[in-house]
Parts: sequence; C-alpha cells; structure tokens
Amino acid sequence: MAGGSSINVLEQFELHPILGGLGDALRLSQSPVYMVVAVCLVLAFLYLGMRPAAVVPGRLQAAAEVCYEFIHTMAVDTIGAEGAAFFPFVFTLFFFILAGNYIGLLPFSFTFTSHIAVTFALALMVFVLSVVVSLKSQGLRFFAHFMPDGASPFLAPLLIPIEILSFLSRPVSLSIRLFANMVAGHVMFDIFASFVIMLASFGVVGDVFAIGPIAINVALMALELLVGVLQAYVFAILTCIYLREAVAH
Amino acid sequence: MRMMTKTVRAGLLMSACGVSLLAATAPGAYASGMPQLDFANPLVTGQVMWGAVIFLVFYLVLSRAMLPRVSRVLEDRAHRISSDLEVARAAKHDADRAVAELQQARKDAMSEAQANLQKALDEERQAAEKQMQDINARLDKEIADAEERIAAEKARALGALRDIALDTTQALVQRLTGLAPDAQLVAQKVEGASARRAV
Repeated sequence: MAGGSSINVLEQFELHPILGGLGDALRLSQSPVYMVVAVCLVLAFLYLGMRPAAVVPGRLQAAAEVCYEFIHTMAVDTIGAEGAAFFPFVFTLFFFILAGNYIGLLPFSFTFTSHIAVTFALALMVFVLSVVVSLKSQGLRFFAHFMPDGASPFLAPLLIPIEILSFLSRPVSLSIRLFANMVAGHVMFDIFASFVIMLASFGVVGDVFAIGPIAINVALMALELLVGVLQAYVFAILTCIYLREAVAH
Repeated sequence: MRMMTKTVRAGLLMSACGVSLLAATAPGAYASGMPQLDFANPLVTGQVMWGAVIFLVFYLVLSRAMLPRVSRVLEDRAHRISSDLEVARAAKHDADRAVAELQQARKDAMSEAQANLQKALDEERQAAEKQMQDINARLDKEIADAEERIAAEKARALGALRDIALDTTQALVQRLTGLAPDAQLVAQKVEGASARRAV
C-alpha cells in the first residue's frame, strides 16, 4: 500500500485475549464480551421498555412491543400454529444477530457476527434443531422428503443426492451469507477509512480529497444499518421456513 | 405446545454441544489470511463455546422472563379492550331494552287511557240516557196527570155548566113571563138543547 503504511483491513477481525492470562486460559476474547454487551442491551431494552407495563404504552414500551409482535407475527405466520413454541428461539436468534451487527457498527467495537465460527455455530444450531424437530414430528417420513413427489423413480439416483446436498448446504449458506455480509461491510469501512489516512499524508490537497472517502463511509454506514437488520431478518425468516418444513405433516 | 418447547430446548442444548465439539476439532488449515479462519487459534473456537453459553442464557432469560412479560401486557390489553367492549355492548343492550320497555309502557298507558276514556264516555252517555228517560217518564206522568186533572176539571166544568144553564133558563123564563117555570120541564128542555148542541 501507498506511503508504506501497512494498513491491514483484516486486522479488525483479530481476536485478543482479555484479562491477560485469564483470557488465554478461558479462551475469552473481546468477541464474547461484545456478545454479553449485545445481550445485556437487548435485555435492558426489553426490561426498561416493559417496566411500566402500561395499557397505553409509552415510546419505549411501544418499541419493545413492536419488536415482540414483529417476531411473533413472523414466527406464527411462517411456521404455522406451532410457531408460538419456536417464537422465543426465533426472537433470541434475531436479536442476538441484530444486536451483534449493530454493536459492530460503533467505532472501536467488534462485530462477533463477522466470525464464521459464530455464524456457522448459529446456523448449525438452527439446522440441528430443524432436523430434531423434523424427526420428532414426522418420524421416518422425514426422509421421504429427499425424494420429490411425482418424480420418476429412474431419476431417484440423481435426485436424492441433489436433495440431500441442498439440505446439507443450508447451514453453510445461512452462515456464509451473514458472515460475508458483515466482513464485506467492515472491510469496506476500513478501506475507505485508510484512504482518508493515506490522503492526509499528501498535504492540503489530500485533506480536501479526503472528504470523498469520508462521505462514502457515511453512506456505507447507512447501508450497513440496512444490511445489519436485513441479515438478521433473513437469518430469522429462513430459520422459520426450515422449522415450518420440520413441523409440516 | 409444551412438548415443542421442550424439543426446542433439547435441540438447543444438543446443537450447542455439537458445535463446540465440531469447532474444537476443526483443523487450522487456513492459518494465513483471515483471522476468522484461523481455527488453530483457541480464541476463535473459544468464542463458539462462550457464544453457546451466552446464547443459551439469553434464550432462557427471554423465554422465561422477558417475553412472558411482554405477552402478559399484550394479553392484558387485548383482554381489557374486549371486556370494555363487552361492557359497552351490554350497556347498549340494556339501554335498548329500557327504551323498548318505555315505549311499550307508553303504548300500554295510552291504550289504557283510551279505554278508560271510552268507558267514562259510555257511562256518561248511559247515565245521560237514563236521566233523560227518567225525566221523560216523569214529564209523561206529569202530563198524563195534568191531562187527567184537566179532563176532570173539564167534566166538572161541564157538569156545572148544566146547572148554570138550568138556573139561567129558569131566571130568564121568570123574567120574561113572570112565572116560575116548571123545573122538570126546564131541565128537560136544557137537556135537549145541550144534546143538540153537542151533536
């Protein structure tokens, strides 16, 4: 890179042990700390919002109720009557991801949803849950779904592997979608921010031109706010869709 | 519903354990480049373990404490609104019934008053008719009495007329002739004359 300044856009994703040796021993990096912060923020929002428990809600309570009803409607509409049982899970998932995405947008913070290990763990959890629910509610008929209805039996050797492959790729696509979106957004932030620093080394002209990347970063922030909620929504709605298939008879 | 919730919890636990194991045994093949793919780094897999714990706690707190609170408030509100509507509906029903009763009572009272009026009129008319009949009867009787009295008086007058005629005839004859007429003959002649006059 220009100016010999070694700006590493991937450096922001590095994990560092906190509390020195204790963090090393407990494998505790800043990522779980931000998870705790995100969870506490969501819980505080709900707690403070619902503390009045008023019949006519105030602003914060109305916001908390909107969040509740948004996810509840999504879960029940998508999954069906059994959706109410999965609603707390979908709610947890959605707000865990949303809070993670949004906390990561604060300067000097860390985005735990930009780690494939985290997103894949979440996706695998959804996948395992949907398989467990499928086996529980459909039994062995679950495996019949790998052979599409009405297809010629001669196509079975072709169709069944394809179906199994597409089924198994669900957690992969689910996790990579979120991970890639978060990484891409933060890399873009870093690149344009480093442009500003590079331009600053060119004197006054550079200072003037540095307005461009800053403006782009402002626009990127707006985009990332959209992406943050959109990815959380996509993750939650796909979870609902997988669970609907699982409970469908 | 209860079973489903249990299933969710069991699934969460199972997958949390599964992910931890999987992540812990993943090879560190991508040590270069992205820090996220450096699975040899214990911190990368460590965040999965911590994340599983944090997610589980988050799930439990939400599903046990927070979300029931929200749903309770929402249910309370829905219940309150529906019960208020119910009360309003009942009040409207009562009011409608009261109005109907009032109108019925008014109608009844009106018809009763009409009947009473009719009855009073009828009684009055009957009483008047009876009084009229009584008066008529009394008048008829008085007329009859009066006529009777008049007839009696007339008969008496007529009876007296014969005596007066006899006396007058006797006095006339005596004045004209200077002789006292035979009372027998005078009576006979007056009888005859009055009989002719009566015819």
